[in-house]
Amino acid sequence: MSARTPAGRLGRAALWAVTLAVLLFLVAPIAAIVPLSFSAGSFLHYPLPGLSLRWYREFFESAFWFDSVINSLIIGAGATALATTLGTLAALGLWLARFPGRGLVLAVLIAPMVVPSVVVAVGLLFAYAPVGLANTYAGMILAHTALASPFVVVTVSATLAGFDRTLLRAAAASGAGPARAFRRIVLPLIAPGVTAGALFAFAISLDEVVVALFLAGPGQRTLPRQMFAGLNEHLSLAIAAAATLLIALSILLMATVWWLRSRSDRLAGAADRV
Amino acid sequence: MADAAAGLARRVRRAGLRRRAAAVLLVAPLLLFLLIGFAAPIAALLARGVQDTEVPRVLPRVTAALADWDGQGLPGPDAFAALAEDMREARAAGTLAQAATRLNYDINGFRTLMFATARRLPGPGEDAQAALLAADPAWGERATWAAIRRAGGPVTDFYLLAAIDLKRDEAGRIVAAPAEQAIFRDVLVRTLGISLLVTLLCLVAGYPVAALLASLPTRQAAVLLAFVLLPFWTSLLVRTAAWVVLLQREGVVNTALLGLGLIEAPVQMIFTRFAVVLAMAHILLPFMILPLYAVLRAIPPGLGRAAASLGAPPWRVFLRVTWPLSLPGVAAGSLMVFIQALGYYITPALLGGASDQMISWFIAFYASRTVNWGMAAALSALLLVATAALFAVYARLAGEARVRVA
Repeated sequence: MSARTPAGRLGRAALWAVTLAVLLFLVAPIAAIVPLSFSAGSFLHYPLPGLSLRWYREFFESAFWFDSVINSLIIGAGATALATTLGTLAALGLWLARFPGRGLVLAVLIAPMVVPSVVVAVGLLFAYAPVGLANTYAGMILAHTALASPFVVVTVSATLAGFDRTLLRAAAASGAGPARAFRRIVLPLIAPGVTAGALFAFAISLDEVVVALFLAGPGQRTLPRQMFAGLNEHLSLAIAAAATLLIALSILLMATVWWLRSRSDRLAGAADRV
Repeated sequence: MADAAAGLARRVRRAGLRRRAAAVLLVAPLLLFLLIGFAAPIAALLARGVQDTEVPRVLPRVTAALADWDGQGLPGPDAFAALAEDMREARAAGTLAQAATRLNYDINGFRTLMFATARRLPGPGEDAQAALLAADPAWGERATWAAIRRAGGPVTDFYLLAAIDLKRDEAGRIVAAPAEQAIFRDVLVRTLGISLLVTLLCLVAGYPVAALLASLPTRQAAVLLAFVLLPFWTSLLVRTAAWVVLLQREGVVNTALLGLGLIEAPVQMIFTRFAVVLAMAHILLPFMILPLYAVLRAIPPGLGRAAASLGAPPWRVFLRVTWPLSLPGVAAGSLMVFIQALGYYITPALLGGASDQMISWFIAFYASRTVNWGMAAALSALLLVATAALFAVYARLAGEARVRVA
């Protein structure tokens, strides 16, 4: 749109105004809750009566919150290890060759991203309870593995799309068997993608709440599960502290994923140009 | 020579087969895991929505006796005797409640009828028909027996019909459900309405942002894009929690509005439709902006300049060039937002009132509070079919506009 005419300039200014307002709307709730967590008082509004770390102290000293952090870490670590292993192998398989039924296989692999969370949670409760997997760490880890695995497949596949296949032929010509070629050539090159996938999987598990509501027993309550309970029952600024910690962790994880992926994109671009 | 060529062709073919076998072996572990640990559970749940197991299990004799009842008049005395026998056993085994609960879904008051009758069962050798009719005159009504026959399984359309406020009458015709059971069309309309409103709000708010970002130099756009990505990366629960805290009666928004003199008394914002729509639009907005931005960025800027140089005013450039070319992004973003909105649970549960709950809340309600798996399954089937169909459309359209998930 031409910005030369006065009308054009006015339109441009209006566009900027709307954009800034929307961006403000996007970050304002997050920006508003973070300072509240450092309040010395217990009100849910500004101005703050003073700054303190009392809500963080409460967070780390109460079993209600602290145990849930441990549970989130146990379940997140288990789900990440499983989802990353299974997802990376599957991404390699999808990349290696086309095979009959590939479209159907892809649909199954992506399904956990698409199925509404309540349907997943109720379905898993329905099937996991009779076999003794409800209210167990194993059940939660399996559920989160399923939910996180598509993100690993997608992330590793994106990295593999930039992988130069002639390298494999070069390895074969130099006498390396498939296993050796995988270990020495493929793995180092896709390592950033696998790391990104693992972090992504961990972030998914860390944020998941609906399945945790249905499948986790009192012994496996995760941090989001406790936040949900806190929001429903006894709203306190400890929730703002929990939210702030989760915001910091999610942003750290996802910014790393973003950085790893844009780096591997650049590498792929460079390989194309050579 | 020809032999060597054939040998080479065979070797190449064999290598191709080996690769394909390796590919299948690599995909197999995740595929099997998801089929067993994810797809099968959901399939089992959905199957539960078309099964009737309680009545045939608890009342096997009367189920068999009613199988060849013509539905006209009352069933014969053998059906009465079978029912009395079944109820005696079920009462002793403590399973009567399961069948009574299932029949109560169909006809309100059936539970009471079953338990009242169970206390006045005829002794062995007594006339079962007379005893049951004396216990409750409802046993003299065709509708009572038809309900037992309808629940006789093994396959039923009861829950699926109930999910759209329909049921079968005593003659097996599909009719409207009675008013006290007819709640689901309201829920479906509400779910669609909220999702549509959220999608429209996201489109209206997201399009200008995507358009401006797409017109900026990459570096500047990246800075502003961070404001879209930061909330995008923050979990849904955390953003809902932020809104819960902000919208309290004594919360940040109310005190700020009071302080500015815009309102005189705190406004009820939490537990309203307004709060649900506002928070959902906030959470889903990045899913609209990102594909729109990708598509708008790909439109060659020369097109707009060419139209302008031919004398088109900016609004016409937008209507005739930018908007049509951005439609794939509009479709992809809108579908992505709408599909996700349909299944929302946490945000309405925490921010909405009783009349703002969407279909997911009812699925959760039937699964966890009343343990009515059939109803939970039927509503899940509705939600899943809608989601899958819309996602298939999305997958076709998306292509270049596909949202990068990180």
